[in-house]
Amino acid sequence: MSNNHIINCLVENRPGVLARIVGLISGRGYNIETLNVGPTADPTVSNMTIVVPGDAQVITQVTRQLAKQVDVIKVMNMTNRRHLNRELILVRVATDDHHVRAELVDLAALFSARIVAVREDSVTIQMVGNQDDVSDFLRLLSSYEVVDISRSGVIAVNRE
Amino acid sequence: MKSEKRSGRPGVAARKRIPQLRSGAQCVVDGLVDAGCEVLFGYPGGQVLEIFDCLANSPFKFILCRHEQGATHMADGYARATGRPGCCLVTSGPGATNTVTGLATAFMDGVPLICICGQVALAKIGNDSFQEADVSGITRSVTKHNFLIRSVDEIPETIAKAFYIATTGKPGPVVIDIPADLQKAKTAAKTPHRVKMRSYNPVYKVDPAQIRDLADAVNHSESPLLYVGGGAVAANASDAVAAVARKAGIPVCATLMALGVFPDNDPLSLRMVGMHGSVAANYAAARCDLLISAGARFDDRVIGKADKFAPKAKIVHIDIDISSLGKTVQPDLSIHGDLREVFEALAAEIKPASHREWLEQINRWRSRYPFTYPRREGELMPQTVVERIYELTKGRAVVVTDVGQNQMWSAQYYPCTKPRHFISSGGLGTMGFGLPAAIGAKFGNRRDTVVCISGDGGAQMNFQELVVAVEHRLPLVMVILNNGCLGMVRQWQELFYGKRYSGVSISQTGRTANEGVPDRPGFLPDFVKLAEAHGATACRVSSEAELVPALERAFSSGGVQVVECIVSPTANVYPMIPPGGTVADIINRTV
Repeated sequence: MSNNHIINCLVENRPGVLARIVGLISGRGYNIETLNVGPTADPTVSNMTIVVPGDAQVITQVTRQLAKQVDVIKVMNMTNRRHLNRELILVRVATDDHHVRAELVDLAALFSARIVAVREDSVTIQMVGNQDDVSDFLRLLSSYEVVDISRSGVIAVNRE
Repeated sequence: MKSEKRSGRPGVAARKRIPQLRSGAQCVVDGLVDAGCEVLFGYPGGQVLEIFDCLANSPFKFILCRHEQGATHMADGYARATGRPGCCLVTSGPGATNTVTGLATAFMDGVPLICICGQVALAKIGNDSFQEADVSGITRSVTKHNFLIRSVDEIPETIAKAFYIATTGKPGPVVIDIPADLQKAKTAAKTPHRVKMRSYNPVYKVDPAQIRDLADAVNHSESPLLYVGGGAVAANASDAVAAVARKAGIPVCATLMALGVFPDNDPLSLRMVGMHGSVAANYAAARCDLLISAGARFDDRVIGKADKFAPKAKIVHIDIDISSLGKTVQPDLSIHGDLREVFEALAAEIKPASHREWLEQINRWRSRYPFTYPRREGELMPQTVVERIYELTKGRAVVVTDVGQNQMWSAQYYPCTKPRHFISSGGLGTMGFGLPAAIGAKFGNRRDTVVCISGDGGAQMNFQELVVAVEHRLPLVMVILNNGCLGMVRQWQELFYGKRYSGVSISQTGRTANEGVPDRPGFLPDFVKLAEAHGATACRVSSEAELVPALERAFSSGGVQVVECIVSPTANVYPMIPPGGTVADIINRTV
């Protein structure tokens, strides 16, 4: 079954490492859904959170290919572990009338999302949630006129 | 500070503390010496002048090649023949881009290679400077690792790291890109005695439970088969593999990369498996109940249709490269580890066995389907040439092939008995590899006869390197199987494209209209004249009667000898399993 897998990859914080990881994944014909990079508590180590769609065999290959790279310290398939994941999205939705705006305010409240900008003809909602929450929220928004979406990509951390 | 206190003579200690400064270029040369480099292949240029300036006083030999691709293939041939890393040094821009094919060749076959490239000055990187290329970007996907040096202080450690990475785990090429200004800059940094990297620890402890599982599978198998790949060469596992095969009576087939790991003339040997492998090896793979892959990677040229390969077998995959396990074929048991360790441990766990019925069956296949070929009236058959080379060298030469039909005929008709004695570009299939790799192999192995077997296509790629063999007075025999066409492509067009030949006539006859050259009799290029122009001795033969004395002369003379053999233009390589096919589709036209 093809699913999104969240892979956390600890790498040496060095120039060229990001290009190497991205090149490896695309060069082997796999897709990257989202990618996040940032330093860890140790400034010489970066953490990459890569979301890759694929079945179990594809994900095994991706993680093994990543682990093989000289600059990669550790690879963890977070999807197989107890973990927390979050993504931040900004969505601008058209509001033709005040009924729509009121509905959107209610909907946002249900997801603990915030209205961060309001105009005569649109509202912009900031929502933070795990992958399931984000996709539920976007599905519910699909019956409205979504003007623009920007997503931060997923980050994840071990629960234990 | 400590020594100051102890000695009580601050003057002396202070003098001792003055660090000895070396230039980056000197660090490169010292690093190569420390790593045991005995021969460096390369080509100079504007951005490596500093290093070349330091080379003059180095204890190792520098070989000036005639093209950077040649330098990488020579370093590669040297590494394959000796097991030690091959080293090359080139300039920035075009010098570095010319190494890409050689790096990719070494990468696909897991050959340890160190390639040092000059780069424009650090501050000029990204400015489209003269002879600038993004070498770390370009070589990223064809190397095991690459480094772009950003400070002269990194150089000593990086050279040591490069050798460590290239030679451990699954070996591979490593590029070090060094800006010209950093070659000139001075540093007090020293070469580390030991390299340790938190992100790279290629030492794997094999789980004893897995060895017991494997031994159990071997002990219970009625028709086991060992499928040996290039990893067995890299791990120097030849003796360990043979010990297991002989103790448990397991027949052995080999990939192109592993020919010679297990002697081809051993009664347990099935020789090469795969597209052009022996019928017996492919039948055995189709019927075995246990397939043990030892350092092989289930390449498509070996297995054909993946789900029909060894369909009845429990599959065990042993490899040092974890990403190789389960990449194309899902094994029932995967063992991640060093092959020699695994086989030495396995030998102690398995019970002696003879598998009489299974081996009898295999012997029947072997005697029924030997490698054989039809002879054509008035034509010299390329297979005959290889057979005569085998006889004259008593099967003891290092055979270096080019790519295509010549490569397959060499594998089929030159039974190889020792590891590192059959050298060929297997994974990438690089035409033009043969001659420079043979020269590199000869620099590494002075004891054995080295023969390069090439086609007339591949011979025209990198022929310029012949000069290197001549000027260094290397005893080297190059045999060109000249059939006037790009034979392997022609064979595929004959078999799979309804004999519509296109782009395969490399002589000046029989071209299709759009490739229009007027028919021209004679030889173009004239390989004999070409070889002579390079300073070699050369002759041309077109019959078996001429062949034998010509080869005898070539192998006894001790110089650089080119023997051009005008061979049948229509000879094909059989047996052949069509791409993506199975043993049921085997084509074997022997008459």
